[in-house]
Amino acid sequence: MEQTQRYNARLLAMEIAAILLALVFLIPFWFVLVNSVKSFGDLMRNAAGWPEAFRWDNYARVWEIMRFPRAFMNSLIVTVLGNAGLVVISAMAAYRILRRPTVFNRVLFVLFIAAMVIPFQSIMIPLVRVAADIGLMDSRFGLIVCYFGFGVSMSLFLYHGFMKSVPAEIEEAAVIDGCTPYGVFWKIVFPLLKPMSITILILNSLWIWNDFLLPSLILHDAGIRTIPLQTFSFFGQYTKQWDLALAGLVMGVAPMVAFFLLMQKHIIAGISAGAVKG
Amino acid sequence: MRHRSKRLSEAVQQAVFVGPALLFFALIVLVPFVMSFYYSMTEWNGVTADVKWIGFDNFRRIFTEDTDFRRSFLFTVRYTLAAVVLTNALGFVLALLLTQPLKTRNVLRTVFFLPNVIAGLLLGFIWSFIFVKGFAAVGQWTGIGFFKLPWLGTASTAFWGMIIVTVWQTAGYLMVIYIAAMVNMPRELIEAAKIDGAGRWQMLKSIIVPLVMPAFTVCLFLSLSWSFKVFDLNLSLTQGGPFGSTESVALNIYREAFQNNRYGLGTAKALIFFVIVAAVTTLQVLFTKRKEVEA
Repeated sequence: MEQTQRYNARLLAMEIAAILLALVFLIPFWFVLVNSVKSFGDLMRNAAGWPEAFRWDNYARVWEIMRFPRAFMNSLIVTVLGNAGLVVISAMAAYRILRRPTVFNRVLFVLFIAAMVIPFQSIMIPLVRVAADIGLMDSRFGLIVCYFGFGVSMSLFLYHGFMKSVPAEIEEAAVIDGCTPYGVFWKIVFPLLKPMSITILILNSLWIWNDFLLPSLILHDAGIRTIPLQTFSFFGQYTKQWDLALAGLVMGVAPMVAFFLLMQKHIIAGISAGAVKG
Repeated sequence: MRHRSKRLSEAVQQAVFVGPALLFFALIVLVPFVMSFYYSMTEWNGVTADVKWIGFDNFRRIFTEDTDFRRSFLFTVRYTLAAVVLTNALGFVLALLLTQPLKTRNVLRTVFFLPNVIAGLLLGFIWSFIFVKGFAAVGQWTGIGFFKLPWLGTASTAFWGMIIVTVWQTAGYLMVIYIAAMVNMPRELIEAAKIDGAGRWQMLKSIIVPLVMPAFTVCLFLSLSWSFKVFDLNLSLTQGGPFGSTESVALNIYREAFQNNRYGLGTAKALIFFVIVAAVTTLQVLFTKRKEVEA
């Protein structure tokens, strides 16, 4: 498709059409940003235009009310530890299942894959019961454990597919050189998995950081709420105060947009890779 | 002796490598899944230990009496159909456009993908502002009737409001997948078709579409399962309203269990939901896989 073609009138027309469409896509961002720095009265009179005066203190007030730094840290802790654990447990399991295809391991693999069709909502009700019984409620650690359980199927599946292209001969050579099975995995196999690890980190980060339903079931204590939870409760209290609500939304959205703009190349590549393997 | 220590070492390795994944998976996914078969046949308020076995009563009730569930199911089907068709159509067209040698191609790809990185819950809040305040202001300013509609206020505008946000949010993701497939198309085939004098339409129909069929499989699967399971956006944009007309199945299940405290009934609904989602997505993958061709 990427043919070398002269830049002609037809391409120019396409370019203009695409740019116009992109502007339409950006309009929501414009609305939210411009209105987040208006006073309440200004916003009510005129929600489409330029602000009469810039009210940056909307942000300062919301920063305090939402206890934003705390919510940000909670999101960060859950996302980072959830990611780290998922990469470790699914890479190890995928490696063993692929290299030792015993009946048990093959059945297990099918089970992991089959579970991907179960919608979260189908098991959330008994999950709350299980989580309460084993002490996962109202704790960030408990939430992270839940992410291990829900995320392991897809991560394992992606690692498994990728590992098929990693030749076993290198590992055999290392074993002859006296490397333990654990050493072989961590020193030789795991580094080779890096491209897939990045894909998995990206996909899981987008999921965990933005997730609302699972944390809303597990975390109730205000001190440990993640950004989506905190935004939800903040929004519930300030529904009609759009000046504050919008500033809160901008703050909630900003970290992920910044992350995306910084990591763009990896994210796009990760999604393509994840989809092809999926 | 060596034989035994080898077997022991194998068992330890199996436990170390597979154990953690299996433990978390069993605890968080398998156990609750199995339990849901039991709870779906009980009456249980989720709080007390008092769980009453009632057999298939919940299912009978869902199929014969529960009009809310039926309505939310019909809404979800309509929403899914519209969302799947429109997001894939837009994603595909964007991919066609942005694989042309445009000067602003990379920036445009970024822009179209951008909405996807934002949490569905926050997007719903953002758009509820745009529909209620933003559109009204634009309508006043331009006089265009489209912006003056009572967005989110009536059943049909709320439905299309959901669709607009969904298309805006997910088309860019599908675009990325379609682009990946189009970039990987063998150039010889394209060139050969050009030499044979294939027109643009013929090229699209006979070359491009068959070659990106694997991407269709993936994109249909993703958009189907996203739309079927829609929850966050539904909760924050319309709250299922007006009058429950846009309540998705996922939201209905959630409310049955956690707001009405009918955990047994909620679990029964969740089980039906599982059967439908599993059947639809599996059938879709089997069906489109058959249409894939070897490039």
